[in-house]
Amino acid sequence: MDFGSILDTALGNIFGIDTIVFCLAAIGLNMHFGYTGLLNFGQAAFVAMGAYGVGITVTYLDAPLLLGVVVALTAATVLALLLGIPTLRLRADYLAIATIATAEIFRFVVRSSTFDDVTGGSNGINGMAREFYAINPFGDGTYGFGPWTYSERGLWIRLVGVALIALSLLVTWLLVRSPWGRVLKGIREDEDAVRSLGKNIFAYKMQALVLGGVIGALAGIVLSLSRGSVQPDNYATQLTFLAYTALLLGGAARVWGPVLGAVILWVTLSLTDTVLRGAVGAGYIPTWLMDGVQVGQMRFILVGLALMLLMTYRPQGILGDRRELVLDAR
Amino acid sequence: MRHIFALVGLILALTIAGPAAAVQPVTSSAPPPDVLAASAPPEDGETINVRVRDDETRENVAGVDVTVSFEGEVVGEETTDADGVASFSVPQTGEYEIELDLETLPDELADLGVAENPFTTTVEPGTPRTVAFRLQAGLGDGGPAIDVPGAGFFADIPWRLAPQYAVSGLRFGLILALAAIGLSLVFGTTGLTNFAHGELVTFGALVAYGLHVIAGLPLLVAAPLTILLAGAFGWFQETFIWRSLRKKQVGLIAMMIFSIGFSFFLRYGFLYLFSGQTFFYRDFSGQAGIPIGSVTIPPSHIFSMVLSVVVLLAFAFSLLYTKTGKATRAVSDNPALAAASGIDVDGVIRVVWIVGTALAALSGVLFGLTQGMNYLLGFQVLLLIFAAVVLGGLGTAFGAMLGAVLVGLLIELSTLIIPAELKNVGALAVLIIILLVRPQGLLGRSQRVG
Repeated sequence: MDFGSILDTALGNIFGIDTIVFCLAAIGLNMHFGYTGLLNFGQAAFVAMGAYGVGITVTYLDAPLLLGVVVALTAATVLALLLGIPTLRLRADYLAIATIATAEIFRFVVRSSTFDDVTGGSNGINGMAREFYAINPFGDGTYGFGPWTYSERGLWIRLVGVALIALSLLVTWLLVRSPWGRVLKGIREDEDAVRSLGKNIFAYKMQALVLGGVIGALAGIVLSLSRGSVQPDNYATQLTFLAYTALLLGGAARVWGPVLGAVILWVTLSLTDTVLRGAVGAGYIPTWLMDGVQVGQMRFILVGLALMLLMTYRPQGILGDRRELVLDAR
Repeated sequence: MRHIFALVGLILALTIAGPAAAVQPVTSSAPPPDVLAASAPPEDGETINVRVRDDETRENVAGVDVTVSFEGEVVGEETTDADGVASFSVPQTGEYEIELDLETLPDELADLGVAENPFTTTVEPGTPRTVAFRLQAGLGDGGPAIDVPGAGFFADIPWRLAPQYAVSGLRFGLILALAAIGLSLVFGTTGLTNFAHGELVTFGALVAYGLHVIAGLPLLVAAPLTILLAGAFGWFQETFIWRSLRKKQVGLIAMMIFSIGFSFFLRYGFLYLFSGQTFFYRDFSGQAGIPIGSVTIPPSHIFSMVLSVVVLLAFAFSLLYTKTGKATRAVSDNPALAAASGIDVDGVIRVVWIVGTALAALSGVLFGLTQGMNYLLGFQVLLLIFAAVVLGGLGTAFGAMLGAVLVGLLIELSTLIIPAELKNVGALAVLIIILLVRPQGLLGRSQRVG
């Protein structure tokens, strides 16, 4: 096994596209779950709004990219309103079921052949990133050093992704230390107490849902532009739960929690992936026990274990404060 | 500390089937779905996958010649394999034309066609392109889809199929009800919304498959054995995982997220052991249907419906009239009051886990008997179970049964109007509508919802 290249791949994942995408999705979830206590299990739908918003606008309507971004963020806002009106009055577990169902409904519909002239059905949408790479300010060539060496396209999408993360973190940081943010945390801790102070709980929850959903849509925009395509099955429930794993690992209700969590999650997954793959290739692990395909499946088994152990021993994650985050439904 | 042991035990238990499963030939060429892999595909050359399937039976069609052309020049010719897939490596990105040779269709499908032939597709860098051809009746070679002018929205609903769909729906609903009971009872007695419940259904289907096809037992022996194993698995979970989480005073939402982790662990553990193939039982498969009136049902489907009804009735009876059943309802109503009245709450919860898991496994076996099964079976029905349980009333066993049967009927009957691939959307939409207008469900009491 070549430990140099294993380390390179792992370190490269600090700025991996997946890391950036899940970081953005988790920042959105942090607004929902970390600060407001909304158990949104449908973040995949918000991410998909970003991807399909841009994809459909650019390819089906043949409109400029900027309009696509506007459509994507509007779509996320509309989804948050549609989802929020019936479900925000419900208890946490009902909200979880309703949101996960909505996300799956959306995925079933966009991947069905009934609407495939618009959504591309199960093939998804292709060829949507041309304009994005046409406005790339970097000329042809390779940039960076060591594990962080990128082509001009790789650098451009990463730069945009990191800028969006920085923006989302700034917004989160400014908002949660404002009076508005304190009301959100109050809702999370004790809804009735905040209601008795005359605050409109529903409006605050809705604002948090919209804001987190829009940040989630940014994740979808980055993911789809980086691949130049939208594949409906990328927006299944796994996306939501991987984002939750990143958030809970880093620490919910902490501004930097999602960033730390996403980086650790993807570096660890890449490390275990390449180490296991190397061990299988070199014959350290017999093939009846694990083969190349099964290595890829270990990723989700590990994510499952990580969630279980986190919830048992450290529900506040790495950065969080246990007293602040008493996770309880009733 | 006990969870660690529990997890290790579980891993060991799951590994037992490992070597046996690894020997199975992997015939499916489908990649594991949605890995969101960080690893990029190889840079040299792009891939086009062409899949041909019969739209009505949803069966893949082998032996069809497929031609891929680039700028008028043929760059590849392949014949679809047993999975109906022909794979092409093409040198560059760009627009490719893909054409089926409809002359090479099997004789029994010779009068079918596809909507667009040749089909033009764009290959993007680094993304394998999959093109699916759906063979349908009434489509000529290269002709457009048939268009009936002036036909209203309801004009072409095949009402004569309604009884057949209703029977299918009833069957699906009854099997779903078996699975829904466990989820509802666990919620009623412990407050946990168990996202890993679907995997208990998969457990039943795949463990029975392992005992039946891999170990060679007849299904009639393998199935009861599976249900016993599932009961033991339920006891194991309650004793080593859920009870210790409750003792640790882990909050309900943390427990819900734990159950998501557990479901990931189990689901991808099943994928690891059994691969992503769709399996069928060897016994009772491919039975000819018996015509009853305007409906045709294979004997195995009749059997699974009768068995479901018997088990559901027996369960309802024991819930209403036995001591344990009454205790269960008391704990569901008010655990503190039940404990104060001398009811062994932990004992009741243990019974609920054992019975709930065993019933979920039975439903998995019956799903396996009436449709294919793979590692995603349970996850796919989980949301339908949620729909059923919310429709009937979360926490009520009878509500779960009623909700499941209604959801099953709705799913199948809705295919009269909407495309079959969207049939689950209807059930999930009902879930959301119910939450809007009557969140406590049909049989629930309104105080349950906060």
